[in-house]
Amino acid sequence: MTVMHAQVLAAGDVSGFGHDPWWIMLIKAVAIVVFLMVSVIWAIVWERKVVGWMQLRIGPNRTGPWGLLQSFADAMKMMLKEDLVVKNADKFVLVLAPIVAVVPSFMAWAVIPFGPEVSMFGHRTALQLTDLPVGLLYILAVTSVGIYGFVLSGWASGSTYPLLGGLRSSAQMISYEIAMGLSFAAVFLFSGSMSTSQIVAAQAHTWYVALLPVSFLVYVIAMVGETNRAPFDLPEAEGELVSGYSTEYSSMKFGTFMLAEYINMYTVSAVCATLFLGGWRAPAPITTIWAGANSGWFPLIWFVIKLQIGLFFFIWLRGTLPRFRYDQFMKLGWKVLIPVSLVWLVLVAVVRAMKNEGWQFGRIALWTVGGVLVLLILALVWDAVFRRKPAGGGEPAPEPAFDPMAGGFPVPPLPGQALPPVPRRAPRAQRRAAAARAAEAETGGTDTDDGDGSPSPANAGARSAATTSTTGKGAERDDR
Amino acid sequence: MSGQSFLSTSGTEIAFVLVGIVALGAALLTVTTRQLVHAALWLVVALGALAVEYLLLTAEFVAWVQVLIYVGAVVVLLLFGLMLTRAPIGPSPDADSRHRPLAAAVAVAAAALLVTVVADAFRTTWITLRPGAGSAEANGIGLFRAWVLPFEALSVLLLAALVGAIVLSRRRAARPGVHEEADD
Repeated sequence: MTVMHAQVLAAGDVSGFGHDPWWIMLIKAVAIVVFLMVSVIWAIVWERKVVGWMQLRIGPNRTGPWGLLQSFADAMKMMLKEDLVVKNADKFVLVLAPIVAVVPSFMAWAVIPFGPEVSMFGHRTALQLTDLPVGLLYILAVTSVGIYGFVLSGWASGSTYPLLGGLRSSAQMISYEIAMGLSFAAVFLFSGSMSTSQIVAAQAHTWYVALLPVSFLVYVIAMVGETNRAPFDLPEAEGELVSGYSTEYSSMKFGTFMLAEYINMYTVSAVCATLFLGGWRAPAPITTIWAGANSGWFPLIWFVIKLQIGLFFFIWLRGTLPRFRYDQFMKLGWKVLIPVSLVWLVLVAVVRAMKNEGWQFGRIALWTVGGVLVLLILALVWDAVFRRKPAGGGEPAPEPAFDPMAGGFPVPPLPGQALPPVPRRAPRAQRRAAAARAAEAETGGTDTDDGDGSPSPANAGARSAATTSTTGKGAERDDR
Repeated sequence: MSGQSFLSTSGTEIAFVLVGIVALGAALLTVTTRQLVHAALWLVVALGALAVEYLLLTAEFVAWVQVLIYVGAVVVLLLFGLMLTRAPIGPSPDADSRHRPLAAAVAVAAAALLVTVVADAFRTTWITLRPGAGSAEANGIGLFRAWVLPFEALSVLLLAALVGAIVLSRRRAARPGVHEEADD
């Protein structure tokens, strides 16, 4: 292990990049753009299909075989729509915003490694446009510029809901970028490099998803927040903000936002694959039976499969989870993800320092696990000894009662305020018993046969009695 | 880089001067435009041009950190603050301050001071740029070996600012009766 990492650290140069002839660079750049466009066309059909299946529908199936031409139909529809400009808008910024959103999402792909060195028209060249010693910093910086597209579109529309959507978008992307950067830092510590090709090379034996599972989890949550996708699609929450920042956009200006969103999904999936899932490398069982899986043009297959898994994950989330409330979302980002990544980063740094000192694996494990255990015990002791005092000493000041319509608007509870208890229906057995008792009192008889199949008059009476006496609205419908 | 004369300029040097002019112009527009949000956008142009200057000086790590922090976070937060309070579309003449001449004087004085210090420090020294001198590794070694004390002092300063901001906002929340009147 130590030897392997020492080699990785020593090999931290990217001098192989940037020496291609201009026409190879051109081919690569055009290929990336074409790849992204085709991927987006596929993603739109695939998303509609998968969400359809998850909702027990068929999904688009009218255009082309299996609905495959749906994206073209969508694009044609968008291009033929009227390009509206709202009277109140700042016209220049309104047009600028979608461009600012989409250009950085393309730019980030310049440093994504698609595969190893291949032979292209007699030249040996890596399947990657270029690489920088600070490649991941470049990706972070470029994607952070993309935020402007969303913020400015919200502002330039000159309308309330877009402004709120733009505000949410900026706050959300900045908050989750911190957690994302911290999960990157753990990868930097282990790979000893910020260049994407070096990080993939460092995962030749073990993928970082196995070595750094916490970073992987934090990154996966942060990447959904960063792309404004469900369940974190608060900037375009249609129940609250019409369509958020893109409300006043139509035609291809809106289409550009869609393009940016889908490319961003692919970008974060590609970064996820590069950082944690071994980049273009084939998964373990394939490499053991097929030695050539990681050479030549084959790695493109693994890379595209990993991208599509990432995309499917996004669609799956959208089909499964309801939207977060804004305060819950911010709490998750600032009070859970960032502290967890900070603590994890310290742990990773300690392990890395021990490895640099040349310690054996057993010794490292002993010291880390021991240290964590000692800290936990200390924290528990601290909790037991010191936490009690303020609670016993004085009663905490009572919080002002929660007013769900404070200021005339429905509002969520503030921190420290508790929601009033939601009236719950009694369990079915109790309701049945209560209904039976009520029926008994009503008829005076013993006709308590409440099989679901044969509703007798007494039973119907009992049901209405149960509805009025013990439970609230909807109980009757639920019973049937 | 190629020669040591100020007269035989290379492409990099010409680009450096041009980008510098862009940065200066954008900075001037930032303080003279009458539209609040446009001022923030001109600030983005100025800070981005600075990042390009760093790139031209082979300091790639600093350049991308500049984009990430200043363009990607600081100005976005500034826009966020503007939009939370007031971000009208079109000129906002009521945002003009009466202290324009004073501000201009302070700005010119600060610029003069900085230019004098830098010009006096380097005079005619010719610094040959070599690729890799501005890498993350070189920065890290410089920061955590030679300059570790100023670095830590700065981080303590930032922490103090953070705590101060929290204390200020907490105090206002604790005594609502006093400060709400002041706010109104």
